[in-house]
Amino acid sequence: MSAPSLDAVIVGAGVVGAACAYYATRAGLSVAVVDRGPVAGGTTGAGEGNLLVSDKEPGPELELALLSTRLWRELAAALPPEDAVEYEPKGGLVLAPDETALTALRAFAAGQCAAGVEAREVDEHELAHLEPELTKGLAGGFHYPQDAQVQPARAAAALLRAARSRGALVRLGEEVTAVLTGPHGAVRGVRTPRGELHAPAVVNATGTWGGRLAALAGTRLPVLPRRGFVLVTEPLPPGLIRHKVYAADYIADVASDSAALQSSAVVEGTPAGPVLIGATRERVGFDRTLSTEALRRLAGQATALFPRLADVHAIRTYCGFRPYLPDHLPAIGPDPRVPGLHHACGHEGAGIGLAPATGLLVTAALTGDEPPVGAWPFRPERFDSRGPADDFSDPFDRPDGPPPSPGART
Amino acid sequence: MSQTPLGLVRAAPAAPYTFTFDGRILTALPGQTLAAALWAAGIMSWRTTRGGGAPRGVFCGIGVCHDCLATVNGRPNQRACLVAVQPGDVVTVQEGTGHDATR
Repeated sequence: MSAPSLDAVIVGAGVVGAACAYYATRAGLSVAVVDRGPVAGGTTGAGEGNLLVSDKEPGPELELALLSTRLWRELAAALPPEDAVEYEPKGGLVLAPDETALTALRAFAAGQCAAGVEAREVDEHELAHLEPELTKGLAGGFHYPQDAQVQPARAAAALLRAARSRGALVRLGEEVTAVLTGPHGAVRGVRTPRGELHAPAVVNATGTWGGRLAALAGTRLPVLPRRGFVLVTEPLPPGLIRHKVYAADYIADVASDSAALQSSAVVEGTPAGPVLIGATRERVGFDRTLSTEALRRLAGQATALFPRLADVHAIRTYCGFRPYLPDHLPAIGPDPRVPGLHHACGHEGAGIGLAPATGLLVTAALTGDEPPVGAWPFRPERFDSRGPADDFSDPFDRPDGPPPSPGART
Repeated sequence: MSQTPLGLVRAAPAAPYTFTFDGRILTALPGQTLAAALWAAGIMSWRTTRGGGAPRGVFCGIGVCHDCLATVNGRPNQRACLVAVQPGDVVTVQEGTGHDATR
């Protein structure tokens, strides 16, 4: 089967692959998006759609998040209304249960504000005004008006549809079985059971499975899964919970390297009515077994924040696997070890939020334009100085299945 | 109770009891689900959707789809296909989230 000539093949139809396709086609590039499953079939579909700046310390990820915050606002206005992505600039509310936590939160927020984040301290009285159902007796908190939310699966689908209207080829249910390379080792496309797609660039937007695609291309990227459960309540009247509300210890959980179960409830309403309570973090490989302990903790923490939720049914739960890299930063940009291979994965729990900026960075690398933010901290080869086995030392953390044998490559 | 599978399985249930649905007095057998008891009384819908106010009753019948929600003894969002009727239960049509009245 001969396909029209492509500038890039993007592997992965999650929100990051969709954003790469969106910005690449907007820049006039011709791309194909290939995914072994459906749109948003991996981590994107298991997320809450957080667009957060509040949980990020000053540094490269925050810079990416601030850019993405602006881009999501533009996208929400630019995408056709029938593709409603449920963009809600609802703001975040980070809570300090006691004076010690409040002091730490103040220092954290001051650093963020210096880096461009909008954050404002709110006292107990104002907390009750912002969230009437919130428990009493908290020391205080911070309001982050830039925090927002989208429905992640709809967002990925809307970005892909827009890319397709600009000529992107979208091939779902088609697994990449080989990354094709030329005589000098440069990428020249991919192979799937339906044939070959030829392009001088391949973008690895396979999220938690990014290590596998890297292995197919003959290189290494230590992306590992970090499981999270989300608890979903019965639909409740709109306006019951108005912000993304979470306790300050969530920030420590996000940055933690521990393999053990961690949970700090992030509570938020949705336009459809159910309240989402996320999320746990634990390193258990790709194990999907329901953890009642994880759910019990989430429920307990959520009802501690919002006593009203104690009388509310949880109607379902879902889990997914955040793609994390050892330094908790994504891998974005060209891979100097395999010319033509680009990475756009490893965004951990922030992929929905960071997707637009990632798409812009990847597009800039493809077109040779100046990147909108510095991409150096995200360079994919940054883990090479470590020993080859270091990052896979925990047997539970191995990517599912052994890497394909070198013989599978062409 | 014109159509029941009781004969097919040669069941000998204990005596039926009554409950109310929007004020109507209906009967149920011990262990019978609310959905089965409402169907047996010819009632096919006991909820309206929160968006368009469209009628809803049983869809999957096995506790998965959350379509057959009803308010039982004041508690909304009970899956009628799973909840066994208790003597004297007060069942009402659920409108919207069922929580709107308690806002």
